[in-house]
Amino acid sequence: MTLAIPLSFAESTARERVEHLLDPGSFEELMPPAERVTSPHLELLGVPSAFDDGVVVGAGRLAGREVLVAAQEGAFMGGGVGEVHGAKLVGLLRRALRQRPAAVLVLAESGGVRLHEANAGLIAVSEVMRALLAVREAGLPVVMLIGGANGCFGGMGLVARCADRVVMSDVGRLAMSGPEVIESSHGVEEFDSRDRGLVWRTTGGKHRYLMGDCDVLVEDDIAAFRTAAIEALDAAVPLTLESLEAEQALLADRLARYGDCRDALDVWGRAGVPDPAAVPDLEADAVRALRGARREEAA
Amino acid sequence: MTWQDLLSALFDTHAVQREGELLHGSAELDGRMLAVVGTTDHAAIGVELALAQARLVLQTVREHPGRPIVLLVDTQGQRLRHRDELLGINRYMAHLGCCIELARRRGHRVIGLVYDQALSGGFITSGLIADACYALPQAEIRVMRLPAMARVTKIDEARLEELSASNPVFAPGVQNYVAMGGIQSLWQGDLRTELRAALAAPPGGDERAALGAQRGGRRLAAEVAARVRDA
Repeated sequence: MTLAIPLSFAESTARERVEHLLDPGSFEELMPPAERVTSPHLELLGVPSAFDDGVVVGAGRLAGREVLVAAQEGAFMGGGVGEVHGAKLVGLLRRALRQRPAAVLVLAESGGVRLHEANAGLIAVSEVMRALLAVREAGLPVVMLIGGANGCFGGMGLVARCADRVVMSDVGRLAMSGPEVIESSHGVEEFDSRDRGLVWRTTGGKHRYLMGDCDVLVEDDIAAFRTAAIEALDAAVPLTLESLEAEQALLADRLARYGDCRDALDVWGRAGVPDPAAVPDLEADAVRALRGARREEAA
Repeated sequence: MTWQDLLSALFDTHAVQREGELLHGSAELDGRMLAVVGTTDHAAIGVELALAQARLVLQTVREHPGRPIVLLVDTQGQRLRHRDELLGINRYMAHLGCCIELARRRGHRVIGLVYDQALSGGFITSGLIADACYALPQAEIRVMRLPAMARVTKIDEARLEELSASNPVFAPGVQNYVAMGGIQSLWQGDLRTELRAALAAPPGGDERAALGAQRGGRRLAAEVAARVRDA
């Protein structure tokens, strides 16, 4: 038996992620860099632009099934959503309505709205959100795969939680406001952005998984993301009054249970995790076992 | 304009109450009942406020099928606190957005109105997810002010100011959001007349990028989205 060497999702580029996530050689990029559609706003500002505006979109196969894929490039402006970048995401989601793939996969890595073209980015994020919800309404699953070094923040953090399913690695992060923004707004006592442990256990994959904000927790390995994506094919979760009322109850219950917690360690302890302080050092499978144990207890 | 004056100008009668920073209740225009959900005092949208608004939208869908919903927007954005992040504020806000989407899909007209201030994240999952979002001329909409933008982008503020004169993407302002299609129009005249017209407009898909192209504020979005969709 040969063991495949893990290929780090976090350390790969957007194109490498797509290439290794999908069936070999199956990816066809839409509006590829050769078309040179760049941000007109960055150009005006004299800021270097990218020929893909920081997002790769296209179609390919996953386990033989047709899928649509978008991958944000964190190395370009932190994956920030500008006019063109956002429009590519919207276009891909609208294409899904026509093409009806087995899933739309979004490899999200973004600080949110690109501040250089903030107004356009803000509107674009809301367009992405509406386009995504239209895909769900059509019964097609949208799956978020989060494991890039820049995390998934701001508007993309909202988009992520509109999807059917969220897959994260333990190094992935998912949140609304970045720790630096909170620190600069309310001081280092509120959120010390340089305290890596604190940042990680507030926004990281393990916390999100233990809270249920991410459905699948994987190791930082593209093959593990691939397996999780295959499991998500055809698995659309309809958005109904009943499902949203269940979500409302879940979020109200979370607030009642954990609303006074000061740290993730308190949350985990109260959630029944036996040794919260040990969680940061656990492998992903050990963390998965923790949630499984809690589920059985609840049942 | 205060929320009390706004409500008197928008409706014939109303029973909208203020609960902290939350506004909610029913209102009547031309004998037709509407649901009002919103915030005031430049509310920071934290987990509680997002959840409370979501509850009101769901309640309207369950108890008053088809009743139009007016979202009154006055927010300084999402609440910037460690506790909100710990609790997963992005999920609470996304839930609000999903509830509004559900209401629309079940036949409720959803009208957003920025009557005071709308900032970044607090706006995305309320007014910006409505069928159409409008603004009062004196309202302010922005992600960040120019001095902050100058710091982040390391571009001279004077230069940003100069660019803002011709490109609505850079500077705050409701007029810029109209030019980019994010705001359908400004409500300048009689507010009842404006609201009537908004309620009468046929609900369609998301045409904001096309509007932005027509108005010259976002020249590429519609074209790029169409090319990716149809290629």
